[in-house]
Amino acid sequence: MEARHTGKANIMDKLLKRKNDSGDGRTKTGKDIWVIISLGVLGLYLLFLLFPLFKLLKQAVYTQDGFTLEYLAKFFSKPYYTDTLINSMKVSSLATLLTLVIGVPLAYFYNMYEIKGKTIIQVLIILCSMSAPFIGAYSWILLLGRNGLVTKLILNLTGFRIGSIYGFNGILLVLSLQLFPLVFLYVSGALKNIDNSLLEASENMGCSGIKRFFKVIIPLCMPTILAATLLVFMRAFADFGTPLLIGEGYRTFPVEIYAQYFGEVGTDHNFGAAISVIAIIITAVIFLFQRYVNSKFQFTMNALHPVERKKAKGIFNVLIHAFTYFVVGVAFAPQAYVIYTSFQNTSGKLFVEGYSFKSYYEAFDRMGNAIQNTFIIGGIALILIILLAILISYLVVRRNNQLNKLIDTLSMVPYIIPGSVVGIALVIAFNTKPIVLTGTALIMVVALIIRRIPYTIRSSVAILQQIPITIEEAAISLGSSKMKAFFTVTVPMMGNGILSGAILSWVTIITELSTAIILYNLKTITLTLAIYTYVSRGNYGIAAALATILTVLTIISLIIFMKVSKTKEITF
Amino acid sequence: MSGVAIKIENAIKRYGNNTIITDLSLDIEEGEFFTLLGPSGCGKTTLLRMIAGFNSIEGGSFYFNDKIINNIDPAKRNIGMVFQNYAIFPHLTVEKNVAFGLKNRKLPKDEIEKETNSILKLMQIESFKDRMPERLSGGQQQRVALARALVIKPDVLLMDEPLSNLDAKLRVEMRSVIKEIQNSVGITTVYVTHDQEEAMAVSDRIAVMKDGDIQHVGTPKDLYQRPANLFVATFIGRTNIVKAKLVVKDNKTIIKFPMGYDIEMDNIVDNEKHDQEIIVSIRPEEFVINEENNEGILADVDDSIFLGLNTHYFVHLDSNEKAEIIQESRIDNSIAKKAKVYLTVKKEKINIFTADGSKNIVKGVKNDGDRYLKKVSGGN
Repeated sequence: MEARHTGKANIMDKLLKRKNDSGDGRTKTGKDIWVIISLGVLGLYLLFLLFPLFKLLKQAVYTQDGFTLEYLAKFFSKPYYTDTLINSMKVSSLATLLTLVIGVPLAYFYNMYEIKGKTIIQVLIILCSMSAPFIGAYSWILLLGRNGLVTKLILNLTGFRIGSIYGFNGILLVLSLQLFPLVFLYVSGALKNIDNSLLEASENMGCSGIKRFFKVIIPLCMPTILAATLLVFMRAFADFGTPLLIGEGYRTFPVEIYAQYFGEVGTDHNFGAAISVIAIIITAVIFLFQRYVNSKFQFTMNALHPVERKKAKGIFNVLIHAFTYFVVGVAFAPQAYVIYTSFQNTSGKLFVEGYSFKSYYEAFDRMGNAIQNTFIIGGIALILIILLAILISYLVVRRNNQLNKLIDTLSMVPYIIPGSVVGIALVIAFNTKPIVLTGTALIMVVALIIRRIPYTIRSSVAILQQIPITIEEAAISLGSSKMKAFFTVTVPMMGNGILSGAILSWVTIITELSTAIILYNLKTITLTLAIYTYVSRGNYGIAAALATILTVLTIISLIIFMKVSKTKEITF
Repeated sequence: MSGVAIKIENAIKRYGNNTIITDLSLDIEEGEFFTLLGPSGCGKTTLLRMIAGFNSIEGGSFYFNDKIINNIDPAKRNIGMVFQNYAIFPHLTVEKNVAFGLKNRKLPKDEIEKETNSILKLMQIESFKDRMPERLSGGQQQRVALARALVIKPDVLLMDEPLSNLDAKLRVEMRSVIKEIQNSVGITTVYVTHDQEEAMAVSDRIAVMKDGDIQHVGTPKDLYQRPANLFVATFIGRTNIVKAKLVVKDNKTIIKFPMGYDIEMDNIVDNEKHDQEIIVSIRPEEFVINEENNEGILADVDDSIFLGLNTHYFVHLDSNEKAEIIQESRIDNSIAKKAKVYLTVKKEKINIFTADGSKNIVKGVKNDGDRYLKKVSGGN
């Protein structure tokens, strides 16, 4: 009807045009500053995500002789390779199942009943989730390994040698204990959103106790449980420090990829790339499958009257306390033991009688720039992650056009790519001209951003969706420009949520291993990397000292988080 | 501060393939308190947001005085807006919320303070000025929202169901506050509500909307006493609907009720004076209980409610149609349940509609929206 509707339409206009059937009919986006931001963000994704992935794919199917499926076929030709896939699937699925079996009841007991010492329990559970998995692996070797503390103790006491901690059992143990806290935290969050009246109603209709747990509580938490399941599976599937340390011949997928690139013998980059591509396809299928299942459980809850903790009675009370303390005790044991060994006296690589700070002196002596790097690289990555996540979440929530839908989709891509594959793709892309970034701190920053940003974007989007748009409109009707309304009104309102997300990002950044191990060099080594190198060299004293320092940093970050965010809710 | 009239010509609003408003025209006079009233989903909020600039306009023209505003940025329309959820900035104090718009206009600091204080005083919230919004009651938040919208001296004040989040008592209190403030400031105001009583209480004029169309524009009195069609009659106030026949005989126009009650009417518009099926709308207070003779519609009293000033009777007619009657309470006993009564009507007050309910055929209907209807049917 109006001229502006029939005006010249180039592709960009079409992209930017609001899709009216899904939109809410609000004023169309003009060619304002946000369009430039959209294009800028898209550019970053093209350069640092799609370009490396393209190079990876190219290396998998393209050699000097041209296009080939030889490498992809090679993987499926020998059980030697396909076994790694089966192994990975087996150990990840079982670990996921175990985390659910441990995590869901734990969250239920913790949130429904009075457990003595609940604050400290929560802190310990969070701490368990925040150390790098390989620290757990190495600590369990110290405890249950061939010469482990507990192994020897049991041998001396009973003359009985416990089963091997190495291989499948060890990986399963370490991953389950490492990852159940995620399930616990997710499900706790969901339980807090259940309105007490729902539980009372079900009791009123004769459904209580264990029946209510399965018929009401589990279904109500289902969307959350599915989300946690996916997250745990992805982490277990992609984890590579654990199988490397404790696997001893139990070869998993990520280890094989690493070996093809950085192994001591017989590396084959094309083959490594091919395995990486297969890994991405598998995780993508799993991701889509979870999405599909999740779409069957779409509802939202908002508790007006949150459930209040009750005091359990009699034997049940004893049992839930025993279960909680046992799980938390076992899960935290490796960390406690690492802290303990950091104060043990050492001679060379061996622990000897007596206690001292020797490991700490040596650690500070030898670690070089590790702490400094951790703060600088991690800090820059964190700031950029927050900034990008705020901008992207705004584009996705408030500027719903085709271009921003594309950005939304792209932002979820890193979620399904195992960390080591991210690292390899970046190396392939930025090892040669025109852009050489390998060995720089920049590539470490980029890697950390890519790895972490899907989570921060998701939480920012969730926060922004809860802020009514009328607040922004009020600011605009009072004369603010759109940009100003965003930064003076919306961002401060998002503040608390962003901050709590930021501290958790920080913890994941400082404990990141699987990508960084591929990208680091001596100049850009971080604390977590330093621990890994000392562990792999068998220098356990220094490793323990560094791990303790890392734990202390994590605890400090958590304390800041709890102080700043006022809530004790922790989400990922 | 007043002086802005709003004119809307042939407005169109589409969401995808779904057309919410097909062709809507409206004149709002300067300094007027104008209300868009209608059931939910009728397009009233959509229209308000088109005036504010938060919704896109798919067709037609919106004017403030002679200036077309279709493509003016919402920030530059000089509009004060009060939102249904108030949209008070939760991270700013009351004072900073109110001063927000002035700061955007880059006024000198002392002037901002002066203006803010005076509006806070006018709205009687100066004692809360350092409080955070979460520590205010609903009514106080409402006052902050109103103060914030008015302090920038807008050309037009837009309010989107501002009272719907308040409890009943506060709602009555706040609507007189809003009316008073609007009177004293004299600003052109467009108000959206689905509550007809609230609309009657505050408005100079009301536009009743249904399915994206305007049914009737007029003063509360016009709408209540001479509704343009059956929808308006039933939506504004309460009414009883009785089917009847219009018969013209010997130059007399007579309503024949099926229960054997005839009344002669002298206020039917000339071109409708022919035999036809009609719908009669009789408001509860337009019934008279005839206790003198057996003239009227026979009805059985089912129940009665004594409400002090008035007593409500619930009856059913011979035709099984139910009806409600309101009478001033009497000092002697009211009519007992199960009693049979004869009902007559105050014929100068009742309204008569064509069988499809689309048109009131009684003289004296004033509908300011009619001029556009003529234009559409004639010129388009």
